[in-house]
Amino acid sequence: MSSVTTPPLALEGVITTQESPSSIVAFVERARYLDVVDALQGEGFEMVSDLCAVDQLTSRARALPEGVAGERFEVVVSLLSLSRHQRVRLRVQLPESDPHLPTLFDRYPGTEAMEREAFDLVGVIFDQHPDLTRILLPEDWEGHPLRKDFAVGRVPVQFKSAPGPR
Amino acid sequence: MTTLDDDAVVVDRPSWPTEETSEGPQELTRRESTDPRQLAREVGAVLRLPEGPALDPTQIDLERPDDETMIINMGPQHPSTHGVLRLMVELDGEVVLRTKPIIGYLHTGMEKQAEELTYVQGSTNVTRMDYLSPLHNELVFSLATEALLGVELPERAVWIRMLMAELNRVSSHLMWMATNGMDLGSTSMMIYGFREREMVLSFFEKTTGLRMNHNYIRPGGVAADLPDGWEDDVTLICDTVEARTYEYDELLTGQPIFRQRTEGVGNLTAEEALALSVTGPLLRSTGVPWDLRRAMPYLAYDRVEFDVITGTYGDNFDRYAIRLQEIREAIRIIRQVLEQMPAGDYRLQDRKVTPPPRGRIDASMEALIHHFKVFTEGFHVPEGEVYVAIESPRGELGCYLVSDGGPKPYRMHIRGPSFVNLQALPLLMRGGLLSDAVAVISSVDPVMGEVDR
Repeated sequence: MSSVTTPPLALEGVITTQESPSSIVAFVERARYLDVVDALQGEGFEMVSDLCAVDQLTSRARALPEGVAGERFEVVVSLLSLSRHQRVRLRVQLPESDPHLPTLFDRYPGTEAMEREAFDLVGVIFDQHPDLTRILLPEDWEGHPLRKDFAVGRVPVQFKSAPGPR
Repeated sequence: MTTLDDDAVVVDRPSWPTEETSEGPQELTRRESTDPRQLAREVGAVLRLPEGPALDPTQIDLERPDDETMIINMGPQHPSTHGVLRLMVELDGEVVLRTKPIIGYLHTGMEKQAEELTYVQGSTNVTRMDYLSPLHNELVFSLATEALLGVELPERAVWIRMLMAELNRVSSHLMWMATNGMDLGSTSMMIYGFREREMVLSFFEKTTGLRMNHNYIRPGGVAADLPDGWEDDVTLICDTVEARTYEYDELLTGQPIFRQRTEGVGNLTAEEALALSVTGPLLRSTGVPWDLRRAMPYLAYDRVEFDVITGTYGDNFDRYAIRLQEIREAIRIIRQVLEQMPAGDYRLQDRKVTPPPRGRIDASMEALIHHFKVFTEGFHVPEGEVYVAIESPRGELGCYLVSDGGPKPYRMHIRGPSFVNLQALPLLMRGGLLSDAVAVISSVDPVMGEVDR
């Protein structure tokens, strides 16, 4: 039951850091995103266990490995291999002006809801997603609340002006 | 829609009775106005595997005349949807053709709120997500924080956490047995399940002060040591619950009506489960022995003996049997914890992470400052990001935590197992009867607090 400690071949040429013996963080460029995911899937990464997006607006100066240019949005995809007992976390940088990323739905159908959530809360657009609508918030909600520039507490409470019992 | 002829009262109303509550494009639409890829998704055609039975979206019957099928709405307030889950189903008579779960009715922006709370306060927030296994939520948040801090916990804190997590697994599965029995019309099972769960909750109340939303497992250890005489309480729980699980066997497992309603209903294959990122009892019911406690051990799970329970057919009955057996395995772990519980401290004695004991505050200026700092500003966590996953009763519960070096998380994302498992519903329900839909929802075991967060 020991985990594989060697990095998958698919991550050759990708900037990686070792988080723990069974977990690797890889910084993938958007252009190579699908190729890397395809190669990882071919190497026995059966499952996308998590996908979320981070708005790095106020932490532009964050520590990143050399050669990685930090952008405003970051999509974080955790792939899991049951056979290798290994996790690979892909961090994809997306510029503020063009927060688009191809969907993983055709490769991993389980990312459908996760990508919708990332779109709903952070506003990353997943191209070719079958049903990119809001999932947690109402359809007519304005803005994406997990963005750092989303104003908190400005939504009027519906029953605010209702008369009290006395 | 029929309109009243000359009554002016109706003018102010919306033109469509459901317009006010409509979720617009989130809802299930008629076949001819649905994108083929989306349609395939709603039908439950999930597989794009080279060897799997892939369903071509163009092969789906787009031209089905609408007078043969109907789209009905189930929920969000429905006794058997386990919370505010809303399903839109397309029916042909009594057979379910398409399903679309519509969620978000319990969304309270907890991930956003987490960015406003310090790490000390954070566990009060996450514990409200999956309200049937709150200790697992606290555990995953605490483990993620500790991974960023790079601290090592005292042995006793680790074992207390494991004891509480396994007790919580027992109570969560008991709750599931109760509601599942209710959904299938076995109301006695509901009474029994709640009765046994009450024992566990009483112990939680004794230990943590609350029956739910404990905020007991915190970054740096646990909030308090176990109460005096905890061994007797836990032994009593183990003995009683274990004996009662054999009563459930008599009540349900061998019962012909129960078996007919669960066997062969809601089938799932291993390939489908993996493709849909399904974890927990759902994945194990398909025969995949994947349990994070075994595969990627955390706490001290590599030092206790237990079996990973798997099924064969991936149907409702397998999922029932797995959960029943997991109660027994959890009790087996609890018994080992009882024997091996080490002495020592129940939390880290690092004043930069945990507050000093109350008695020290009166005597030491240093302690007062630390106490004040921990509870006002909170402790600073080094910059970094980490993903930690544990096996909750529902599957892989993950916490992705990003820190920018401050006392509050820069971003906290919880990977809720129910949220992901819910995606399997269209597939599980396709071709089944509407009356089985209730059983299928139940066997997925969604907790809407965690789905919507």
